Amino acid sequence: MMKGLKKWRLFSLLAVMTVFLSACGEDYISTLKPAGAVGKEQLNLLLFSITIMALVVIVVSFLYLYAFVKFRRSKQGENHMPKQVEGSHTLEVIWTVIPIILLLILAVPTLISTYKLADVKAMDEVDEEGNKSALTVNVTAKLYWWEFEYPEQGIVTAQELVVPTGEKVYFNLKAADVKHSFWIPSIGGKMDTNVENVNKFYLQFDEESKDLEEGVFFGKCAELCGPSHALMDFKVKTLAPEEFEDWVASMQATEGQVASPDSTDLGEATFANSCLACHAVSGVGASGAMGPNLTTFGDRNRVAGVLEHNKESLEKWITNPESVKPGNLMTGKYGELSEEEISAVADYIMSLSVEE
Amino acid sequence: MSSVAVANKKGFGATLWDYLTTVDHKKLGVMYLLAGTLFFAIAGLEALFMRIQLMFPNNDFVSAGTFNELLTMHGTTMLFLAATPLLFGFMNAVVPLQIGARDVAFPFLNSLGFWLFFLGAIFLHLSFFLGGAPDAGWTSYASLSLYSPGHGIDFYVLGLQISGAGTLISGINFIVTIITMRAPGMTFMRMPLFTWTTLITSALILFAFPPLTVALFFMLVDRMFGANFFDHINGGNTIIWEHLFWIFGHPEVYILVLPAFGLFSEIIPVFARKRLFGYSSMVFATILIGFLGFMVWAHHMFTTGLGPTANAIFAVSTMAIAVPTGMKVFNWILTIWGGSIKVTVPMLYALGFIPSFVAGGVTGVMQATAPLDYQLHDSYFIVAHFHYVIVGGIVLAIFGSMHFYWPIMFNRALNETLGKWTFWFFFIGFHLTFFIQHFLGLMGMPRRVFTYQADQGWDLFNFISSIGAIMMAIGVLILVFNIIISAKSKPLNCRDYWGDGRSLEWALKTPVPFYNFKQTPLVRGYDPYWLEKHEGNEEGMTYAEPLGDIHMPNNSVLPLVMSIGLFVAAFGALYHPDGVAWSIPVIIIGLAITVGAMIVRSLKDDLGFHVHVEEIVATEEQLYGKGGNK
Repeated sequence: MMKGLKKWRLFSLLAVMTVFLSACGEDYISTLKPAGAVGKEQLNLLLFSITIMALVVIVVSFLYLYAFVKFRRSKQGENHMPKQVEGSHTLEVIWTVIPIILLLILAVPTLISTYKLADVKAMDEVDEEGNKSALTVNVTAKLYWWEFEYPEQGIVTAQELVVPTGEKVYFNLKAADVKHSFWIPSIGGKMDTNVENVNKFYLQFDEESKDLEEGVFFGKCAELCGPSHALMDFKVKTLAPEEFEDWVASMQATEGQVASPDSTDLGEATFANSCLACHAVSGVGASGAMGPNLTTFGDRNRVAGVLEHNKESLEKWITNPESVKPGNLMTGKYGELSEEEISAVADYIMSLSVEE
Repeated sequence: MSSVAVANKKGFGATLWDYLTTVDHKKLGVMYLLAGTLFFAIAGLEALFMRIQLMFPNNDFVSAGTFNELLTMHGTTMLFLAATPLLFGFMNAVVPLQIGARDVAFPFLNSLGFWLFFLGAIFLHLSFFLGGAPDAGWTSYASLSLYSPGHGIDFYVLGLQISGAGTLISGINFIVTIITMRAPGMTFMRMPLFTWTTLITSALILFAFPPLTVALFFMLVDRMFGANFFDHINGGNTIIWEHLFWIFGHPEVYILVLPAFGLFSEIIPVFARKRLFGYSSMVFATILIGFLGFMVWAHHMFTTGLGPTANAIFAVSTMAIAVPTGMKVFNWILTIWGGSIKVTVPMLYALGFIPSFVAGGVTGVMQATAPLDYQLHDSYFIVAHFHYVIVGGIVLAIFGSMHFYWPIMFNRALNETLGKWTFWFFFIGFHLTFFIQHFLGLMGMPRRVFTYQADQGWDLFNFISSIGAIMMAIGVLILVFNIIISAKSKPLNCRDYWGDGRSLEWALKTPVPFYNFKQTPLVRGYDPYWLEKHEGNEEGMTYAEPLGDIHMPNNSVLPLVMSIGLFVAAFGALYHPDGVAWSIPVIIIGLAITVGAMIVRSLKDDLGFHVHVEEIVATEEQLYGKGGNK
């Protein structure tokens, strides 16, 4: 009877926690609404640990409040002299052993998960033809923007990570200047991008992002990296595997695409003269660019990671990047542009797209 | 010769000189308390500015760069320059009295420790006026701090190096004091818990500060003289900084929280009118926490990429710390169990501490769960967690102990009604500010962000959190007001202000004479004053010696001079990378002042002075009227 009661309590507590926690947050950013296997596992650990911890808090609070209410001096009389107790070995043993048991219970899933989430052996597996069987993305974090290279596919993009759903995607993480941290809250936990070594981990994306309010998951930099740390956002577009293949193919098809300084389009010509040195417009290549690759700019969700995706924002950004992202490395790199040139260049950049 | 009564009659200049040169632990305690309060107010204001900035999405109350300066200085100041000196204030004021000593083992070093801390702190704060404060977070991770332009990080490195030396010196002083200066009969297992926690904290300081010193020195030569300890392009490694910083940084948490535990272990028995439950297990738990505190630093680095084995080991060792901490919580609860609880302001803080700290503790265990920490790390969840530990543990201890020990330190009492107002404003404001931040973190909000975009589900909670911060500020303002009016209030001139004092410091009549004990007490058991009181001893203590001459240390201005020398030298080092001609001479002049003062100290015999029996009798009569301290 008692045992059943205890179990009932545990489950009802768990149920209340689940309801309470899942009411929180937006599904494109909240860790409480995971859209991937890693995030789900972490949420389960959260619920499991929070349940144990809530039990501890409830027991302690009960004992404490009971003692506090019962043993007030106002109830006992001003001159009441309590018995001066030294301690109790039995009690000491009890409140040492019970926490140890609780912690052991928590330690087991912790250890299993720690090893499981760090398992990146599949990264190097190849099929009969020698092709890698898993998708790998090389992430390079740079002062206030993100570069995503797909080494097997020979393509590179920036600011918006595009991945297929339903499979493990492996990441090589590195920072180009100062330390950052790569975090997609609703997909799974973060991993730092260090300056001196490559960190590896995997995430799994189980839901297509097109159903989301914004059409993308939000990614964040989670390590203080300078004035614009708060603005170092990226977005994640998750596609069904076939659509992802299409996307890769259309990215590969941009090979050799370049802006011409002799173009009759003022935007393209200005771009070629002022922007092309840092910003590529072909999706074929490797990481290591000075500025974000703009091949897919028209398909993106935000300008500079944070501004609304429209021409006005883009003009604002090109006119004065410092006013949007203090400390960015673009300011002052491209000389003075006239208003007309800025408008034309914005039109040109907005027109860059690989999706229909 | 200086006693409180005599000091009252001195002019301002003489009083100032007295405080600049004093080696008296009670005065240094007051100075630590004042300096700590000043920096607490500054850092609190910085926090308030940050919360105002974050009250609304896309707010522009402060700029991004300023926000990073505020968050860096808030963390650095609160930990190094507010919490540490405030706790040192209580250690200085109380520990020698608790163990029946006339001063600390090295009064000169005690003064040196204070001045190093204070001038280091002033140096760091000058950065606000000299080109910008440090902006790489209190952790100052190497890649960002090397990249950071301007002199902010140099101020951080040099300021902390100087004030850290002061902390290290004070730590050593307390270890020696507690081991060698205990009154006859004050065995280790009769020492009050606050003395125990001071001893263990000092030992932690001894082992934790050298790694910080080394890390800061590496950073200093990297930034100022072009070395490459952390510059990865030239073969350095920034992860080394993370390790060195956290090998210091994690024990630092226990350096601060153990004395807080000690203070609550003093407050709770007095107002529960009951002996501390499980004294020996409390001592054991303190030592165990101190030991384990050095075994867990890499839990701050779960996402750094140390690999699953390191993460697993540090996850388990971190969870282990919960066990001794839990023992302490249950012992406190069992102390009030069956007691007679009087809810005074100090007790209110103690009672508020227990649930707050437990909440902070359990979220700590959740973060020890490494795979879960991948989500929680560097999010607002961790911000909520460590504020629950630091505010819910340390700040509540400091405020409670201010009320508790005010009568001994100042011979005045703080107003109880105002104290309760402070408590409720601060306590409710604290939970309002930080409880909700757990959820902000879970909802994906990273920490250390100067702003956030609207409609990510964070707007309301951030607003509520800022309201809480304003309530905390109101609470602190009431406390400051309380302190000011207490200075105008009548002196207490009493013994055992709270009526149920147990340890030796309550056996002394206030104001405490500069030599503390006219005769060294004989300690006949745990809670010696309680013991004597309940055996009907009206003097409150049994004496271990007849009335005789007392040997006391001389005041000295040398600690201040030594500290000023380093303060000057730091300016030379700071401007060295700018290539100014005067930088090397200023370094040399500064170091010459310090070394010169050291030489004077070494060559000049300073044997202290004796207070003769007649002077003791006269002082006692002047303080307590005819018959002296009876």
